[in-house]
Amino acid sequence: MKIALMGQPNSGKSTIFNHVAGYKAVTSNFPGKTVEYTSSKVNLFGEIFEIVDLPGTYSLTSFDLAELEARKYLLKGNVDLVINVIDASLLSRSLELTLQLLELKLPMVICLNMIDEAERKGIKIDVEKLSEILGVPVVPTIALKGKGVKKLFSMAYKIGEEKGIGKTINFSKDVEEVIAQLSTQIKKKQINQEFNIPERFLALKYLENDSYFMENYEEKSNNLFKKIVHFQNILEETHGRQSDVVISSERHHLSMNIYESVVSLTKPHTSPRDYLDNILMHPLWGYISLGLIFYLFFNLIFGVGKIIEEPLLDYFYRLIPLIEKSINPNTLSFSIISGIIQGLAGGIAIVLPYLFPFLFGLAILEDLGYLPRIAFLLDAFLHKIGLHGKAVIPFILGYGCTVPAIMATRILESGRDRFIASVLATMIPCAARMTIIFALVAFYISPQAALAVYILNIIVIIISGKILSRLLPEVTPGMILEIPAYHIPSIKVALAKTWLRMKEFIFIAWPLLIVGSTILSLLQYYKMDMLVNKFFSPLTSLLGLPVVVGTTLIFGILRKELSMLMLIQAIGTSNVAAAMSTTQIMTFTIFIIFYVPCVATIAVLWKEIGSKRTLFTVFFTFLLAVILAIITRFVY
Amino acid sequence: MIITLDSIGENKKAKVVSISGGWGIRQRLGCLGIHPGDIITVKKSAIMRGPILISVHGNQVALGRGVARKVVVEAE
Repeated sequence: MKIALMGQPNSGKSTIFNHVAGYKAVTSNFPGKTVEYTSSKVNLFGEIFEIVDLPGTYSLTSFDLAELEARKYLLKGNVDLVINVIDASLLSRSLELTLQLLELKLPMVICLNMIDEAERKGIKIDVEKLSEILGVPVVPTIALKGKGVKKLFSMAYKIGEEKGIGKTINFSKDVEEVIAQLSTQIKKKQINQEFNIPERFLALKYLENDSYFMENYEEKSNNLFKKIVHFQNILEETHGRQSDVVISSERHHLSMNIYESVVSLTKPHTSPRDYLDNILMHPLWGYISLGLIFYLFFNLIFGVGKIIEEPLLDYFYRLIPLIEKSINPNTLSFSIISGIIQGLAGGIAIVLPYLFPFLFGLAILEDLGYLPRIAFLLDAFLHKIGLHGKAVIPFILGYGCTVPAIMATRILESGRDRFIASVLATMIPCAARMTIIFALVAFYISPQAALAVYILNIIVIIISGKILSRLLPEVTPGMILEIPAYHIPSIKVALAKTWLRMKEFIFIAWPLLIVGSTILSLLQYYKMDMLVNKFFSPLTSLLGLPVVVGTTLIFGILRKELSMLMLIQAIGTSNVAAAMSTTQIMTFTIFIIFYVPCVATIAVLWKEIGSKRTLFTVFFTFLLAVILAIITRFVY
Repeated sequence: MIITLDSIGENKKAKVVSISGGWGIRQRLGCLGIHPGDIITVKKSAIMRGPILISVHGNQVALGRGVARKVVVEAE
């Protein structure tokens, strides 16, 4: 049985999914974080279920790519049952999507999630009455605590077997008449069979002027198109509003009516988090808090990282002389072994100490619901580089890893905004580059210098954004973003999320690191590194770097953190300061931060913005890196 | 008094009269519970002509200044 979780953004679909499937989908308190669907096979009650977590969508009229993905999946028609997840504290608004889902005539169960939050807000819902009105079962849940989830799935199983569909809720009489007439026309032409959806649903989409269905069919039947326009005009004349407004107002009224008949309001309980926004979104204190939060955040990462890094690195570098004693350093096997150890050490001692605290801190901020507040605070500034507030989300994720950051640009509505945000996101120092900044600049120069690198990076991004938006002078559509209530983060969920993101590093990047490090050892053993270094010598001499760093630049394209580990191996000492001057360390770091995104990033860029724009990004960032590194060489 | 949402002061209420943008913006605002006839409370207004934070049907929504300008309201 194939079950799709469908609901408005931030209603808790991923939390429910993770509860039954194990932590596989990233959750956070931000509307629209799921941009792709995740599916998992789960064994429940001795039956194999395929559960699909779809991106959140406010309605079945879709605007951004993530929403479109959800709708496309649902319309494909091989879903056996839909679980409509509703944030109970936002029942009236959520019912508008529920009404549209009912029109699809698919077996459905409603999950009334965050029922505790609704009660806190003073909203008491008569579950039985709601179920009676809609003709589908309604199960209250608290997904975060796992309450009601089992009952939800056993109900889903039952309804899926029975193929029970809900009631059709009727609009006003005159609107229903128009819908009925148009439906008859559609049925006659058998248009709906192509889409494999009920004719009433299609009629409504036509009356709503939904561009996807309109375009799809305009070529096919000119005759029906005229009829649609005719019916749209009838609605417009009788109601004095555009036909899509008529339909959405009808749905809105129906939802409000249902809401009023099933809800009894009591006095809401206030809690300190209701007042948090008075500070965190304040025109002055909001910005001071933002600066303070990020200052503490990065200090904490550096503090934790440093405590762990030093003893671990010491331990690993003590191993090498020990091996030297037992194996002759000039043999092939010594080269391989030391290559492997350096790769292992790089992962454990350099990357993990910074990656873990960063991802954990980010998870806490995300679950708290702070990210949308940042979007609010920085909207005006992002307009200066031709974007709007929501673009802050891919940028913040970019400090973790560029790949999810580029995926997250899907929450932006226009293709131009997605392109600019993607290019800029590649320049944000991801956790891999953060380890380079921390382990080279902060460690060998000073923490203040590392902070300066971050500030320089932001300035360069602002200038690049200005250039790009000048090249593409289209106006950004403007921000419309829900600001969800704060949630107290669960340490367990935050750890699970951190682990999910770390797994990517441990199972993909780390083996690469070890292999890369071994290859470099072999290159050195066979003296082939000289060739690579020679090839890169025009670049390294231009930047005033030692010739031996040539090889490290290639590895940096594979994974950015490889550059630094390879650097340590290439110069033959873990004490970088002994082989490079502070200017050289700074130049190297600046170059690595900006030049060509890593292979994984290029792949995801290719998919999201196309080949031409990806090549542009690669060229643009390379040029930028060279220019900035030369400036660093002579100025710093 | 008929004005646009961006000129409503903090902690003031307004009733939506119409949305002057195109199909996309009408639909997107509708999804968040902003339709003609709905009551909106402006809660915060960001500096430098930044977005406004509104409360509608017990839910908070941030609207960019340009978007707010397209919402025609009647001030109370």
